Amino acid sequence: MNMQDSYITADGRTIGAPVMEMKNITLRFGGVVAIKDISFDIHEGEIRAIIGPNGAGKSSMLNVINGFYHPQEGEVWFRGKKRKPMKPHQIAKQGLARTFQNIALFKGMSTLDNIMTGRLTHMKSNMVSQMAWWGKAQDEETANREVVEKIIDFLEIQTIRKTPVGRLPYGLQKRVELGRALAAEPKLLLLDEPMAGMNVEEKEDMSRFILDVNDEFGTTIALIEHDMGVVMDIADRVVVMDYGQKIGDGTPDEVRSNQAVIDAYLGVSHD
Amino acid sequence: MLYREAGDFKTSYAKDQQTFPIAFDRWGYFITVAFAFLVVPFLINDYWVNAVVLPFLIYSVAAIGLNILTGYCGQVSLGTGGFMAVGAFSAYKLMTAFPELSMIIVILLSGGVTAFVGILFGLPSLRIKGFYLAVATLAAQFFLVWMFNKFPWFYNYSASGQISAPERSVFGFAVTGANVTPAVSYLFCLCFVFVLAWVARNLTRGANGRKWMAIRDMDIAAEIIGVDPLKTKLTAFGVSSFYIGIAGALLFAIYLGAAEVGEAFDISKSFLVLFMIIIGGLGSIFGSFAGAAFMVLMPVLLKNIMVGYLGWPTDLASHFQFVIVGGLIVIFLILEPHGFAQLWRLAKEKLRLWPFPH
Amino acid sequence: MSADFYYAIEVILNGLMAGVMYSLVALGFVLIFKASGIFNYAQGVMALFAALTLVGFQNGEIPFSHLINAIFGTDVHHFGWHMPAFFAILCALAVMILFAFLVEKYILKHLVNQEPIILFMATIGLAYFMEGFGDLMWGADIKKLDVGIPQGGNIWLEENTAFLGGDDFYGFYIDNLDIWATIFAAILVISLVIFSQYTKTGRALRAVADDHQAALSVGISLRSIWVIVWAIAGFVALVAGIMWGSKSGVQFSLSLIALKALPVLMLGGFTSIPGAIIGGLIIGVGEKLFEFLIGAPFLGGATENWFAYMLALLFLVFRPQGLFGEKIIERV
Repeated sequence: MNMQDSYITADGRTIGAPVMEMKNITLRFGGVVAIKDISFDIHEGEIRAIIGPNGAGKSSMLNVINGFYHPQEGEVWFRGKKRKPMKPHQIAKQGLARTFQNIALFKGMSTLDNIMTGRLTHMKSNMVSQMAWWGKAQDEETANREVVEKIIDFLEIQTIRKTPVGRLPYGLQKRVELGRALAAEPKLLLLDEPMAGMNVEEKEDMSRFILDVNDEFGTTIALIEHDMGVVMDIADRVVVMDYGQKIGDGTPDEVRSNQAVIDAYLGVSHD
Repeated sequence: MLYREAGDFKTSYAKDQQTFPIAFDRWGYFITVAFAFLVVPFLINDYWVNAVVLPFLIYSVAAIGLNILTGYCGQVSLGTGGFMAVGAFSAYKLMTAFPELSMIIVILLSGGVTAFVGILFGLPSLRIKGFYLAVATLAAQFFLVWMFNKFPWFYNYSASGQISAPERSVFGFAVTGANVTPAVSYLFCLCFVFVLAWVARNLTRGANGRKWMAIRDMDIAAEIIGVDPLKTKLTAFGVSSFYIGIAGALLFAIYLGAAEVGEAFDISKSFLVLFMIIIGGLGSIFGSFAGAAFMVLMPVLLKNIMVGYLGWPTDLASHFQFVIVGGLIVIFLILEPHGFAQLWRLAKEKLRLWPFPH
Repeated sequence: MSADFYYAIEVILNGLMAGVMYSLVALGFVLIFKASGIFNYAQGVMALFAALTLVGFQNGEIPFSHLINAIFGTDVHHFGWHMPAFFAILCALAVMILFAFLVEKYILKHLVNQEPIILFMATIGLAYFMEGFGDLMWGADIKKLDVGIPQGGNIWLEENTAFLGGDDFYGFYIDNLDIWATIFAAILVISLVIFSQYTKTGRALRAVADDHQAALSVGISLRSIWVIVWAIAGFVALVAGIMWGSKSGVQFSLSLIALKALPVLMLGGFTSIPGAIIGGLIIGVGEKLFEFLIGAPFLGGATENWFAYMLALLFLVFRPQGLFGEKIIERV
């Protein structure tokens, strides 16, 4: 498969050129090497999964992508340009949004307000206008509220619109967090274990939402997941990591038959 | 079933976003404001203005200011007294240097100067968090009070080291000095309180407020979804200090008339305002008013009971005041960490269902 | 060598002594913070309260006499006996231990799982409560505290160092009280270290400091640990109260030493006992030296009011975890 080109998936969708390219990334914490010389890319419109056992460096990789960690070596290319070292909030403004492994919602705010925070990168009214709640500030508030209400409808969380998120059950909190990330209308959506700790039903719901997001909005998604079954079902291509290194990369079928991946997951026989 | 929201449908997002979405609340608010502006000025006398009403109004502004920083943006500050001193001394210098300048502009400029100082002391907040920041704001408190004490330029080289407000008038009515009438000083402060509370409400319910609260609830996540932490914290420090500076300027010019920095703006002021927002409710404009009312009224009440009624010595009464304030703070934090504002919300919740609670 | 040089050294020595006093208060903070994650603002008021109680016992004052007199119109003040210093200290210690029980029972127990900042504010409330309560109990007038620690300049040191300088140098002046305070502080620190390293309770204490949940799961009672820690902090407060009270009388300003200890903590890190000691010494020497070299000649003096805070503030901007705190790695 040519790295620069678009391709067509098994289910017939056309995938565009790469949006995000990681080139020879190495990340160290003191003496510990969390990521060792990893390269991969994420194409426009695809669902890309990063899998691997605990401590493989998956979350660190996500943190590198959205600029929370700065790798010691390697380059990050975003939409055809090499990315300069930036603060996470600047990267978010470029069109990256994410969810977190341990839910990171704003506990003191309602569902609606939480999702509205996702729109902050799109709101530009100045402080004077906001002080008076007049003109641009109010128009902007209403326009963005409309966008958010569409997301609330899409995620089927209308009834908890004004509930403080701290009171919601775990599964719904995860959904609200997805809503907040979607509200940013990201070019690339990062999901850190979106199904961790869920029961089968909740997992099915979440998988459906992820597929729908990709399908309806054409959003490019990179996700980390433990549950191999789910990943193999929804991902177009998979990167496999182990001990900070990349041990496999390709379509689910390719990865499944990769000997190194099987060894990492099932253990190597030493006879 | 007077208090209800059923049947009160909203047909646009703008209507849904208003401050008092429930009709009953809205009317209560209109009546309160009309009463404050139209009735109270005719009833008020010297005792009420000086003992209760002016301190309440002025501390409400300070409490809203601190609530923006601490309640909404999550940055605990113990430097309130020092920032109030900046407002007071700016007002004094402006009043004496530019006698023609309108008092309204003097007060606003004092707020502006304080905002600038507040932003300066807010700069470390990017690196310092939680308790460390709370303690770091004490640096502002001690340094500012020391500075106003040690450099005579600030108090125009007066022998006593005091600053006293010269007489100034607005629209022909004296607002400072000896010839002030209770109704005028009341209305002057009330106008500031009304506008500032309204602005604070607008700032906290929109994009700005969400940025502040996002930083408060989870700063790392906020940064990752695109909130610039430094800018957000600094706007909170700036706006908060603007309010606190105005409160300091009003306290000095309108209420006290004369002040000595070490006495009027020491660290106990910082704690007083902090207590107001804890008891009133962190992250609530209404709570700022409730807390200020409580902390202003309680000592007056205690003094009336213990000194006036029981005939105890005043020092004994003031010791009791410490015990009661301290005890109440602890009790409030145990029973209801969100203060009066939360009690009020719960009461409304009950009222909404009354008389059919199930 | 010029006399100025020796004065500077004297300033440093006095700064070190003052630093020891700061460390003593900071130590109380660190103990409670490590064991319960509470930043105890009331530590300074605890020192004041302990000293007030000690003086009250020594002089045989009747507690709440002002209140009793005001209510019943009586005129009682003293029991009419004087207690020896040693017994009075034991009695004051007993009161501080009782205080630890009450704090655990009526405050801490009800605030489990609250955010740290709420707990911090609760201790501010506690500080106000105790301040008023102490005044109600023993009266608010300034009291002299004397438990037999020698005071005044150390003549021996002064005479034996006079030869160092010229004719205008009379030797180093150091207060005996400061020397004793240093000795007591050293003993206190060493015994605390021994206690926490070699006793069963000490081990439990460290376990709680490390991880509350894990400590609970191996059967350590969090509540009894809290009582013990607050009692120890009460003991440290008593020692600090005796030292500061002997030096400048027992009065309200004694509670403000807590404010002096805060920058020490910022510098040394909230969780480190050596940090509290070294931070105290740095601040003690720093503020005395700054006042001597820059404050008094150029800024009109009294820079001790804020120097410690500014130093700590600037330091934290470059090293947010303090001198000995653990490096903070942020995760998501």
